[in-house]
Amino acid sequence: MDWITKNLPYLMAGISVGGQYALIAIGYTMVYGILRLINFAHGDIFMVAGLVVVYAATVMPIYIAIPLMIIVTVFLGFMVERVAYKPLRSAPRMSIMISAIGVSYLLQNLALYVTGGLSQQYPAIPWISDTVTVMGATTKRVTLITPILTIVLVVGLVMLIKHTKIGMAMRAASRDFETSQLMGIKINNVVSMTFIIGTFLAAIGSLLFFTNYTGVTPTVGAMPGLKAFVAAVFGGIGSIPGAVIGAFIIGICENIIKGLGWTTFSDAFTFALLIVILIAKPTGLFGEKSTDKV
Amino acid sequence: MSTKTKAAWNVGLIAALLGLLFILEQVMPSGSMLFTVLKKGAIYALVAVSMNLLNGFTGLFSLGQAGFMLLGAYTYAILTIPTESRASVYQYFDGGIVQFALPVPVALIAGGIVAAIFAYLIGLPVLRLKSDYLAIATLGFAEIIRAVFQWDKLGPITNGSNLLRNFPSFKSVLYPFIVSGICIALIVMLINSTYGRAFKAIRDDEIAAEAMGINLAHHKRLAFVISSFFAGVSGGLLAMYQTTIQASMFKSAMTYEILLIVVIGGIGSVTGSCISSFLFIACSEWWLRFLDNENLYIGGFHVPFLRPGFRKVVFAVVIMAMVLFYRQGIMGTKEFSIEAFSGFFKKKFGKKKVEEGGGSHE
Repeated sequence: MDWITKNLPYLMAGISVGGQYALIAIGYTMVYGILRLINFAHGDIFMVAGLVVVYAATVMPIYIAIPLMIIVTVFLGFMVERVAYKPLRSAPRMSIMISAIGVSYLLQNLALYVTGGLSQQYPAIPWISDTVTVMGATTKRVTLITPILTIVLVVGLVMLIKHTKIGMAMRAASRDFETSQLMGIKINNVVSMTFIIGTFLAAIGSLLFFTNYTGVTPTVGAMPGLKAFVAAVFGGIGSIPGAVIGAFIIGICENIIKGLGWTTFSDAFTFALLIVILIAKPTGLFGEKSTDKV
Repeated sequence: MSTKTKAAWNVGLIAALLGLLFILEQVMPSGSMLFTVLKKGAIYALVAVSMNLLNGFTGLFSLGQAGFMLLGAYTYAILTIPTESRASVYQYFDGGIVQFALPVPVALIAGGIVAAIFAYLIGLPVLRLKSDYLAIATLGFAEIIRAVFQWDKLGPITNGSNLLRNFPSFKSVLYPFIVSGICIALIVMLINSTYGRAFKAIRDDEIAAEAMGINLAHHKRLAFVISSFFAGVSGGLLAMYQTTIQASMFKSAMTYEILLIVVIGGIGSVTGSCISSFLFIACSEWWLRFLDNENLYIGGFHVPFLRPGFRKVVFAVVIMAMVLFYRQGIMGTKEFSIEAFSGFFKKKFGKKKVEEGGGSHE
């Protein structure tokens, strides 16, 4: 019992962080599944979502600021795809990845300009920022909400992909990009929809993430972004349940490592895990096996 | 033009460049931004060329450059801090455990060798991966290296997350130019050798290259190790230029900047990387500075939006436009040479293809 009360905070923090990573990781895994692109800008879109709330909350009540943030973020994700990735659809894969790095650089510098490089205080959101006590461990309510909300959203997403027309189109596009075009799928709509869903989930993720870590800086998105990508690879890129499970595993392991007093290595651990996975089972936990044709 | 005259031209040009730098240094005040740009540009040119060797000539998309620069910079700094100032630098770690100082050139080479050894070890597992998986794995390694160097337990060697300082640095702008020049010349010689041809074959088609009898694993590892060696040397130079170093400087953003330099210069062009690194540094450190000036008036008109940070936004937009609309970069896969230059002026509008030196491939 003593052991539980001592370690419960880390475990809860781990599950909560895992849920936040999961919401970001879905954006990576869906985009990679369809475009075979590591969307390096995804973490920065996540950061912009945080900044929008910071600035919106100063001029309007929080219950308007949050929907506004979601709309702005989704629009940003949509625009990034249209402006930076769509013109390069037929270009080599490397140039589209470089374009993604360029977008990330642009968003970070834009945020640096707007914030002046200072860490911005994320507003406290009523109810979910309240402190609660679970089995003797004090935490914010968001820690408890995150895993539940994550699972609800993921189940909804899986339903969308399995049972709707656009979901079917997405599955077809991720199986074979060219052939799905021949079958009459409007590929640009599918890609846009993928980005919209991905950034929507990242926006929710940022809401939960910044409630716990109140400072928003221009580079704050880079690390969660990379870790969420690792989670996506871990679970098997292109697979949504895989990304979610991977994200929870990474979130929990990271916080256990922090609990053991090895904070310096919590980031390093994630990447070590990535490299082990890539070498032992490059397709991840649930990834489909792909074969190279000569 | 025969090879001999070409070599003579190149030697003449390099001598003229060094002479010009020497004269500039005598004439201009030493605090001028020009020297900052030239020093940093030369260092970035070296690391950009080393990255180009991997990304442009061997087709290995690696994002570990910042990590290898960190290794080089730390090795250099640790080995050259004078023994008498170690106590003050390592004030939290009883003066550290390294109690000797090596001469500067030896330490620079040692930095390269340490980076190369790490690259060899990292390459064993990582080089089996392809394209974006390789990119993310090397990026991950760079992050791991950064975390390890900030670890308290390694403090007696790396000074933990504190600054390393007091190591020798250079005064003259000629120093980074000569060191980078020698290193880039070595890379160019490598690219033009049998190994270089094998690298290009691997880039163009791995399977075909393997069928032609090229040992893929061996050549990839060689390219990775050599590229990291030069990244390590440039890390040492960067330490000299900045006079203090800290592990937290070498973030993945640094690798992205180097990658953007390579892209702007043209993937697969050595001279392109050199030109674009000077342009990149000049724009980001010097030419666009006026955009950060809040009180800029053009004939009584107060220019809006200007305040610190705007420079970087404009710069990022320009880079983005370049990536989207000018994908070839400045040089494409061509190389800058006297022959091409004179050919360009002889037939001003005749499209003369220059199949020269480095990265041209059919």
